[in-house]
Amino acid sequence: MEFIVKKDSILRRIFLFIIPLALLMIFIVFPFLWTLLSSIKSQSELFKLTYWPQSPTFQNYINLFQASDFLLCLRNSFIVAFSTMLVTLVITLLGAYAFSRYRFKGKQFFLTMFLTINMFPSVLLLVPLFSIMRNLHILYTPLALILAYATFTIPFSIWMLTGFLNDLPGALEEAAMVDGCNRRSAFLRIILPIAVPGIVATGVYIFINAWNEYTYAVMFTNVDSRTIPVMLKLLVGEFNIDWGLLTAGGIITVLPICVMFVFVQKSLIQGLTAGAVKG
Amino acid sequence: MKKKINFAPYLLIAPAVVFMLLVVAYPAINSILMSFQNYNLTKPQQRGFIGLTNYITAFHDPLFYQSLINTLIWVIFGVGFQFLFGFILALILNRDFRGRGFIRSAALIPWVTPGVLIGLMWTWMYDGNYGVINDLLHKVGLINTFIPFLSDANAALPCVIITLVWQGIPFFAIMILAALQGVPGELYEAADVDGCPAHTKLFKITIPSIKNTIFVTTLLRIIWVANSIDIIFSMTNGGPGFSSMTLSVYAFKKAYGTLDFGYASTLSILLTLLLMIVAVFYLRNFFKSADEQ
Repeated sequence: MEFIVKKDSILRRIFLFIIPLALLMIFIVFPFLWTLLSSIKSQSELFKLTYWPQSPTFQNYINLFQASDFLLCLRNSFIVAFSTMLVTLVITLLGAYAFSRYRFKGKQFFLTMFLTINMFPSVLLLVPLFSIMRNLHILYTPLALILAYATFTIPFSIWMLTGFLNDLPGALEEAAMVDGCNRRSAFLRIILPIAVPGIVATGVYIFINAWNEYTYAVMFTNVDSRTIPVMLKLLVGEFNIDWGLLTAGGIITVLPICVMFVFVQKSLIQGLTAGAVKG
Repeated sequence: MKKKINFAPYLLIAPAVVFMLLVVAYPAINSILMSFQNYNLTKPQQRGFIGLTNYITAFHDPLFYQSLINTLIWVIFGVGFQFLFGFILALILNRDFRGRGFIRSAALIPWVTPGVLIGLMWTWMYDGNYGVINDLLHKVGLINTFIPFLSDANAALPCVIITLVWQGIPFFAIMILAALQGVPGELYEAADVDGCPAHTKLFKITIPSIKNTIFVTTLLRIIWVANSIDIIFSMTNGGPGFSSMTLSVYAFKKAYGTLDFGYASTLSILLTLLLMIVAVFYLRNFFKSADEQ
């Protein structure tokens, strides 16, 4: 009897756990693995459909950094993503503090407003933003992208940061204020330091979104201000595509994101899920 | 005595609200105005209000209807399979096993990968001459000759949907995983005492307990998927012909490709209205079922 139960549970484990997990993971990981392997193959090997590279080479990476304007685009992407992150964090920290620490008329209205803004398609804002930026003479500058990205980074950042601040006990500041701190110094000295993990996670999420964005980037940039996704798409010619160069570019693009993501994964997930699960 | 109004919170939220008025509300109103205009950047002298002409054009535009149908297929199958596989992955990751942390990190990477890059990676895998998918299918014996998947009008839309599913599994997996971890363990213990089989536990305990999360995440995802442009744009550009054109890609191509801002605005407003109808329908049912409890 005991034997049957055990055998049954091993079979169950294989069919309900190991096989689905393995299939899903192969599906998820394989495209990255294939991109990585393609990027270290020589031109001739790419078109022979070998699986494991026979003579691995970094030539594609060398070509990438030498030939095209890859470094310029990398720099542009960093400037845009980093500035978007800074601007958004400063603006939304103030707002999130108000939402989590004050009761005021219209609070629910404003919070709902920030939630509904997420629903606006970027194509809806794309056209008018293009005209506005042209009239302001900031089209094709990093500033245009930073402003355009605020349309989606500010709403989700408000929600994430409000969630993080709500989890911090209000008693801490109250104690500080009893001890003679005013609200501002209580915020700067008490709340800000313990909110760091949440703020970093939100910042990374903003950075990733700005780094990956394509639709606004392709409209609002030119040769000098182009970001990485725009450049990757441009590597695709009408008739021939240099897949070695492209896969190498892809690996370089996703690398900084992966590194940052792994560091803040835990608090990022906590912040993202809090809103959806509680709300 | 009159209650004193505290202005501090309003001052604190002011920067964010002002920003949203400038970069969202003002452009959105502008977009509505543009949809009633003949506004093509290549024909500036013809600019002017033309009433509902753009909307009438849309309702007589066969491409509008095809994009609408493609959008529905794209959203229903894309979000449906993302949810299904995300849910399965979440159920698996909810168990305790060695290497879980590593697998969870690895499974999340598609979610932080740029959409354009995802499109290009899959284009390379779908390639009709040197694509690995063709090679694998050929080796397994499912196909005799290589198929140029993305230039086949019947295969293009299903192929981009597979890519979309790949991108969206992690989001559902983490959201549902977080919700699963909040389901009290006593419920399952009680069910075990009563001798409930696994599938009963799944449908009677697990799914009802995480209903809110399922509602919220699918709604969010429907909106994102309907609005997404980069995957289709970088893989098929809406083609071949118009077989993989969705409304958002169509509007984007009108704005970016032909600089017909008036018609592009009309199309994106129609898309927004469609999403609002879905959202209202969704939320109404959500609140109705929440009231019943």
